[in-house]
Amino acid sequence: MSRVFVHGQGAVSPAGWGVTALRACLNNARPLPLQSLARPGWDKPLAVRIVPPPPVRPAYLGHPRLRRASPITHYAVGAALEALGTDADLIRSGGLRLGIVTCTLTGGISYSRRFYEEVMQNPATASPMIFPETVFNSSASHLAAYLGSPAINYTLVGDAGTYLQGLAVAAGWLDNGLADACIVIGAEEPEWSAADALRLFDRRAVHASGAGALYLKALPAAAAPVELAAVTDSFAATRAPDRQEAARQMRAQLPAGAPGELLCASECGNPAWKDWPGELLTPVGILGEAFAAGAAWQCVAVCDAIQQSRCAAGNVSITGQSMQAIAARFVNPKSLKPQTRT
Amino acid sequence: MTGAGVITAFGAGWKINADGFRSGRTAFRPVTLFDVSRQRCKIGAEIELPADLPPNRLSRGDLRRLQRASRLLLLAGAEAWNQTGWTAAGRLPMVLGTTSGEMCLGQEYLRQALRTPFEFKRQAERVTHYLVQQQGINLANALGVEGEVITISNACASGANAIGYAWQLVGQGRADRVLTGGYDALCHLTFAGFDTLQALSPTPCRPFDAGRDGLTLGEGAAVLALEELGSAERRGAEILGEILGYGATMDTHHLTQPQPEGTAALAAMQAACASAGVTPEGIDYVNAHGTATPQNDTAETAAIQAWAGARAATLPVSSTKAGIGHLLGAAGAVEAVVCLMALRGQWLPPETSLQTPDPACRFQIVRQPMAAKIQTALSNSFGFGGSNATLIFRRWL
Repeated sequence: MSRVFVHGQGAVSPAGWGVTALRACLNNARPLPLQSLARPGWDKPLAVRIVPPPPVRPAYLGHPRLRRASPITHYAVGAALEALGTDADLIRSGGLRLGIVTCTLTGGISYSRRFYEEVMQNPATASPMIFPETVFNSSASHLAAYLGSPAINYTLVGDAGTYLQGLAVAAGWLDNGLADACIVIGAEEPEWSAADALRLFDRRAVHASGAGALYLKALPAAAAPVELAAVTDSFAATRAPDRQEAARQMRAQLPAGAPGELLCASECGNPAWKDWPGELLTPVGILGEAFAAGAAWQCVAVCDAIQQSRCAAGNVSITGQSMQAIAARFVNPKSLKPQTRT
Repeated sequence: MTGAGVITAFGAGWKINADGFRSGRTAFRPVTLFDVSRQRCKIGAEIELPADLPPNRLSRGDLRRLQRASRLLLLAGAEAWNQTGWTAAGRLPMVLGTTSGEMCLGQEYLRQALRTPFEFKRQAERVTHYLVQQQGINLANALGVEGEVITISNACASGANAIGYAWQLVGQGRADRVLTGGYDALCHLTFAGFDTLQALSPTPCRPFDAGRDGLTLGEGAAVLALEELGSAERRGAEILGEILGYGATMDTHHLTQPQPEGTAALAAMQAACASAGVTPEGIDYVNAHGTATPQNDTAETAAIQAWAGARAATLPVSSTKAGIGHLLGAAGAVEAVVCLMALRGQWLPPETSLQTPDPACRFQIVRQPMAAKIQTALSNSFGFGGSNATLIFRRWL
């Protein structure tokens, strides 16, 4: 992997709209309050964590492509625009080719569920307005339309670790010149059927929604640079006995770590990290389980900590729900010699 | 490309599909997988799944849980795997494209969750096998390979983008070999979705026909084994063909409709040619996206003609969706295999159902089976959301 640098972060989470809200919430280290989400057929609602309404309605929601879009698109665009900052104008003017990678597990599931409910009632009268929003790449499409970005654009579907695969895809595009810059977004939306399904695998898990984004370029940012130093291979972890071995192989591809470094992990107590010498952060206990969005928040948290000089380097470790163990490493290139791995 | 596997409504395997595409057969019939009695369109290119799966490493329990999309992918994947002659040693990345994964299980999950909300039997299993990554994992387990699974879901360009990305992985030296392709099974949600948009024709689709009135959905899968040339030559593998170029662009005009003049499609074709180092004069056949919707074919016609210039007058073009329908996430992958078949067999796949060619088409629509001397083929895939992908293939001698 050639050198890749983080030029911006964005987050829309149950903590609020923006990286500042995410940082404050994670620093506070207390689980956010739960909200109720009605579950048809049950008297008792599901306990979830939902993105609060924005303090001011974002202007971009008035865009014709975004008015009817589902929450996942609102979150994805919000996180992306925060990460892009003023470069959004450069993209609109055609001065910068932006590659877009959007990662998700459940996609536009609320509209998919609504549409299929209508199909079950009467397929002849199901709404043609809803169906297009059910495709996995609708959020990526809306973002590209909002930015007027005609460059390469992928939507990757899979577990939380897919977000780190997305970072590697973007690094490849920067490497071979397919894009001048890339935005990598992880996004999920609130939906009772997803929260219901999550409970089947872990009754303590709290479904959460939102989005996170990293903005990547091949040259370092002038201020507070953060480098994506490595994305490990993805190790299959589809069966319980494989998971520890997959996590061990993933860990073996990264430096041992040092005191003062940050580990942002998708779960507590993974044996692969038992000798980690630095600080440990597990946002899932604070924010809830948000799959690809959760993985993106982990990356945002590490990059933000490096920019805030809380650490010189940090790892993001994801042992996905059903697919893979994979990790990424971020460093301050001015503080540490990059330890690059492909 | 050292291995290829395919399953469509023509049947399972290279030969039956090559025969079907070469002769211009059509494979449309009434849909039986779900109730279409209350919908405008009642036909599709539904596959009669073979009773047996090829030999594989899945347990009896795993096999019992395999649903339609996984079975399609396994049938195509095993054919490609056996043809390439790879062994399970080492890591093997897999890059796949799909639009809906195992959506039939998502539908079952929701039906049970709504109708019997306190009945959880088999719900966890449905969720596990509904998730899009699981079909790739099933194929990896069936073949006994380890390595990452990347699933691209760019609507109808998913399969082409998967192959394009896999080609980049090999080209950049990030992998010596990659298994790649696309798959999609017919499901009620998608069928009803296209029907509500009035994008489905009640009669078999007729791409580039003046009277075209919509697409016909199909299902299928295709898998290619991509390998770095030196690796293939060292082990004496039979090389089926070469991927020469790939271009991907976004059409930001509308969520479901292409820009009428096909500007983004044109950009994808130009990008693919630039990466391949060829001009339109160097392309011998175009496998069009050709869905048979009025909007797609109009935009694609404009794009092909703008791209080809004077070459358009003699350029053979056809859409093989005329025979097997629109395979959505599998379309680009199956059409890549069709190009490979045509290049190896030296023939052009015809659209025998074409009645009156759209007068806007100034290129040569292939209407009858014919032999042809072709060295290169270009394949277009354009999807909902504006994802456009073009692949270019070369005959290997």
